[in-house]
Amino acid sequence: MADITSSGVTPQSITESYLQEIKRKRLYSGITLVVFILLMVSGFNLAASRNGGSFWGGLSNFFDYPSEVVSEAASKASELPAHFVTYFPALVETVNIAAVSTLIGALLATVLSLLATRGLARWPWAIGLVRRVLDIMRAVPDIVIALILIFILGGGPVPAMIAIAFHTTGALGKLFSEVNENADLKPVDGLKSVGATWTQQMLLGVIPQVAPNWLSYTLLRFEINIRASAILGFVGAGGLGYELKNAISWGQGRYDEAGAMFLMLFLTIVIVDQISSAMRNRLTHGDGGLHA
Amino acid sequence: MLEIDHLTKRFGTKTAVQSATFTVEKPAMIGIIGRSGAGKSTLLRMINRLTAETEGKIVFEGEDVTALKGASKRRWQSECAMIFQQFNLVPRMDVVSNVLHGTLNRRSTFTTLFNLYPDDDISQAIGILDRLGIAEQAPKRAEALSGGQQQRVAIARALMQDPKIILADEPIASLDPMNAQVVMEALRRIHEEDGRMIVANLHTLDTARRYCDRVIGMRDGKIVFDGTPEQLTTGAARDIYGAGADFSEAATSTEIGALDRADAHAAVTA
Repeated sequence: MADITSSGVTPQSITESYLQEIKRKRLYSGITLVVFILLMVSGFNLAASRNGGSFWGGLSNFFDYPSEVVSEAASKASELPAHFVTYFPALVETVNIAAVSTLIGALLATVLSLLATRGLARWPWAIGLVRRVLDIMRAVPDIVIALILIFILGGGPVPAMIAIAFHTTGALGKLFSEVNENADLKPVDGLKSVGATWTQQMLLGVIPQVAPNWLSYTLLRFEINIRASAILGFVGAGGLGYELKNAISWGQGRYDEAGAMFLMLFLTIVIVDQISSAMRNRLTHGDGGLHA
Repeated sequence: MLEIDHLTKRFGTKTAVQSATFTVEKPAMIGIIGRSGAGKSTLLRMINRLTAETEGKIVFEGEDVTALKGASKRRWQSECAMIFQQFNLVPRMDVVSNVLHGTLNRRSTFTTLFNLYPDDDISQAIGILDRLGIAEQAPKRAEALSGGQQQRVAIARALMQDPKIILADEPIASLDPMNAQVVMEALRRIHEEDGRMIVANLHTLDTARRYCDRVIGMRDGKIVFDGTPEQLTTGAARDIYGAGADFSEAATSTEIGALDRADAHAAVTA
């Protein structure tokens, strides 16, 4: 062997010191594990004691409600297609709210994320400011914004759309700027060297690199927003959520309608997921997908 | 001992390996040479069952390896160690842990999760590292090591598996000539001292000639040469690489001192 070093360290002494280190590490991870289990158990007991009912007592009833919903829906399965037709317009409204708010949120997030990325920002001194703005947009729950706007503007899809777009801007802005941080700056330097403006540099140097990841996050957000827009219906923002709130209340005998709406939401999410993965593949691998 | 029988791999319409057939009677050091894209890596990955074959079979000591599934397939993989061009270590874990990964097939997921390797295994791992001359790197993270050292850690992981075959996929292609020599000598020594079979993909002719007992040449997925290093004439090499009369063996060499300036000049201007 060309470079066996004979520094006087024997394999035995290396083994011993390594074994000592391993024992110390095992001790630490053992202690961490015990502390973790103790915290979980004591925390659970505390939470259970503050619970209005009883966790263990209520657990046996856990599946009562879902089974009632499913059995009632199953017994009226023949009416499901009719319900699909009835509630399809509400689903379209819900998906529309989600689509518009995702689009607006993603466009705002594009600008804000570029302004919030170190190395790319137009005004480096404003990075902190833009980031705090994004934090605030993420921190306020969309349902709070929707309630305030419904109070001001009255019920309907517009308050829900604004509320979701606001939250989406904050969430996507953060994710986009993390993608931007991994972008290669060499093309930007190249464009800068020919005298391009900041917008031109971003448009031609950065966006082609980050677009597939951005699209991927945006489509994921679209799925989340479909669910969010359904929930905002509960507070009077229209769409499927409003109908669902009425159908799902206990003891009205309308669980078949609730079941139909859940199925429609589930199918919508599946379809969006399929379309988005197909679009992502096209964007990252090109049309034929043969350039692997 | 090892029989490869009409082994074929197709990716879509492209045939990577076409009907490869050869037999190894006793443990030997075998070099597979050929241009990039000739199907060398695919052949090795199929023997390890990392890549599924399209047709054909692999028989080792009377057992049809290609028919194995699940746990028995993983047992075969533990007996058939693999060394990669890019080392394929876990960069953030220390060297000894990386070597101990060679025992994963014998250990449960639970003991792996809590890092509970037996002390005997740990001292054996450090013993193997000492044999390869890198025992003092034991507690360091794998990513802190040089390429040559990392490849020796990968060899140590392979030895920890106590394998019957070691497959080496371009083990020296990412190394400088000095480290390449250290790694090839280590592989040769493992073959001679432990009597393990070694199958190595090599991209240079002189390495194959110098270290191997048998050379297999591949071109466009087909085996076009199978013989001893002595039978590997310049003409045969030209066939394997599909090169013209200007082909100079020295120009592909990684040996120190193989290429003097006159040769280099001739190779460039030819």
